[in-house]
Amino acid sequence: MSALIGLADISKRYGDAAALHPTNLSIERGKTTVLIGPSGCGKSTLLRLIIGLIEPDFGSIEFDGAMVTADNIAALRRRIGYVIQEGGLFPHLSARANVVLMARHVGKSQEEMHRRLSELCELTRFSDKLLPRYPVELSGGQRQRVSLMRALMLSPQLLLLDEPLGALDPLVRAALQKDLKEIFARLQQTVMFVTHDLAEAVYFGDEIVLMNEGRIVQRGSVTDLREKPAEPFVLEFINAQRALDFT
Amino acid sequence: MNSVHPTLVGRDCRARRARPIGRFLLLLILFASICTANGNPVIIGSKKFTESYVLGEIAKRTLTDAGIPAEHRQGMGGTIILWQALRSGQIDVYPEYTGTIAQQILKSDRLLSLDQIRDSLAKFGVAMTEPLGFNNTYALVMRRSEAQPLGVRTISDLRKHPELKIGLTHEFLDRQDGWQPLRERYALPQRNVIGIEHALGYSALANGSINVKDAYSTDAKIEQNDLVVLEDDLQFFPKYEAVLLFRLSMPTNAIAALRRLEGTLDEKRMVRLNAEAERTKNYTRAANLYFERGAGSGNTAGESFPQKLARWTLRHLQLAGFSLMLSVICGIPLGIVASRGGAIGQAILGFASIVQTIPSLALLALLVPLPFFGISIRTAIAALFLYGLLPIVRNTASGLQDIPRSLRESAIALGLSPTTRLWEIYLPMASRSILSGIKTSAVINIGTATLAALIGAGGLGEPILSGLDLNDHVTILQGAIPAALLALLVQWIFDLVDRVVIPKGLRL
Repeated sequence: MSALIGLADISKRYGDAAALHPTNLSIERGKTTVLIGPSGCGKSTLLRLIIGLIEPDFGSIEFDGAMVTADNIAALRRRIGYVIQEGGLFPHLSARANVVLMARHVGKSQEEMHRRLSELCELTRFSDKLLPRYPVELSGGQRQRVSLMRALMLSPQLLLLDEPLGALDPLVRAALQKDLKEIFARLQQTVMFVTHDLAEAVYFGDEIVLMNEGRIVQRGSVTDLREKPAEPFVLEFINAQRALDFT
Repeated sequence: MNSVHPTLVGRDCRARRARPIGRFLLLLILFASICTANGNPVIIGSKKFTESYVLGEIAKRTLTDAGIPAEHRQGMGGTIILWQALRSGQIDVYPEYTGTIAQQILKSDRLLSLDQIRDSLAKFGVAMTEPLGFNNTYALVMRRSEAQPLGVRTISDLRKHPELKIGLTHEFLDRQDGWQPLRERYALPQRNVIGIEHALGYSALANGSINVKDAYSTDAKIEQNDLVVLEDDLQFFPKYEAVLLFRLSMPTNAIAALRRLEGTLDEKRMVRLNAEAERTKNYTRAANLYFERGAGSGNTAGESFPQKLARWTLRHLQLAGFSLMLSVICGIPLGIVASRGGAIGQAILGFASIVQTIPSLALLALLVPLPFFGISIRTAIAALFLYGLLPIVRNTASGLQDIPRSLRESAIALGLSPTTRLWEIYLPMASRSILSGIKTSAVINIGTATLAALIGAGGLGEPILSGLDLNDHVTILQGAIPAALLALLVQWIFDLVDRVVIPKGLRL
């Protein structure tokens, strides 16, 4: 099966600083690819390039066999779900309105939206009694579940998660990690997951992509990373995370 | 000028504000539209002080008695505004003083004879009656109780008392025949000279804050406050003989009727009419005294206070409401453009800020000579509209800019079109800020709309201005209190609007 996403020699600079050096990456369908690395390593930049929030200076992106261009990016966005750390829910809309916003605009019927909403509540373990609430009336974990529902509403081919659990406390985070993993498996969803937490990467990742200073350092399983580090930085990163976890 | 008769009047302490840009206005007037009075009623204008009101009423009564329909627009402003209105045909007649014509209108630096004035005016299509009979000139006055012990009887005597504090109207300070040349002529040593509003100046004189002030020789306060007029021993002040200025295009029967007023009003008689007007606040009635008949029936004379209050308030709301609507309609789109930053955004915010710094009177005076505007409610609305822009533009822009980047990006990433993002996401999220901008504009407009009365656009500024002219606090409060209440009411209504317009999710 061909890759869903293919990045070819894609690069991005902000002034003199290179956010992303020329990079090649392909993402397999049905798998969870975790992008990990220290802050500013370019992992979020990669996600933002794919969803078209920023444009690459050079290189091209292929999505499901088609080149991404300025003309088709708007349509492609509807086939991609995007969840960010704070959830990105619109504060003036209820949880329900946030979730169905885009479906309403592409002209889905009330019936269809209602059916999909029930499915998603069940899937994300979100009580439908909370749907009329506004974002400020929900907890952090609940907000992320709503954000996930919004991203999944139109059954996207690709789900982009940019540190979706970063702002949650450890108990909520653990529960949501478990639920997310189940959801990805049930939907056989293609996922790109950005985190800076190695344990989380290991937990989710079929494949881990380690980045540093705008470059992909190594790609593979956690065992590959540990046993066959491509450069000293890989071990340094792994050991630093361990030290944090066990002290 | 000696022993000027103590008499009445608060004269146009307001024309001065339009004055510094008078030259500019005269240039602009060349481009202004000229619409001629066409048969219908003869329109009489008057300046914002008692004597001018009374003369306007007398002219109106004279015309109507001659079977010529006439209308009197009371207290339209100062010299420049009235002169422009006359030239552009918005009014047909107004009372003026020969000294003012020579100095302010014809900009002559020497004394002109009546014939010279008449010749110059003819070039503008304007003519002048013979003097009505009294001379209302400038004078310096002091309290009698102070002047006598100091031995000050003439203006020259002031040289011996450099410590005296002098308070002058701003117009007098600025005029070509005002303070500067007067000081040079008399070599006056006083350094302590302040500008003060005319009616307030009398209070300052009474309580000793100032020792000398300028006045008009037919000013009622001179007698009432026991003041003495300092003799103009070097004959500095030109003559200010009252005349009527009128358009040459006015119907001949109207001209003939007005000419019958020539030489019929001596100072004593004018003093009596002014005193009556100040006492009763009823100019029609004072004017009727001239005709020595019974009580008159002017169009505003029979109005009860609640009726007047309702008329002022309604007009005030029209002014503020209509201008606010325009500010909202233009301000929000401008704010949206400004929120995107860049040179255009800077230009918009810069323009709105600059407008805000123009004093409201100057803005009114700038708009008056433009075609379409003139002395009308349109000018007032346009000025209020411009003042209302900044809070709305700025709050719309900042409300939009304050939306977190993460939420903007979420809206983009979701695949919403730019229009949908603006209408369904960005504007609702900025609604609180936008509404508070509108609320600020509304309250400012209610306050500033009182100035509309300066150009005869009415509203609650009407009683405030006449109260200021008459130094009558009750009349001032009749306008000031309703205006303040109106501002509170508007504030309260907008608090209700907040609950309807601002989405619930933003109010939790």
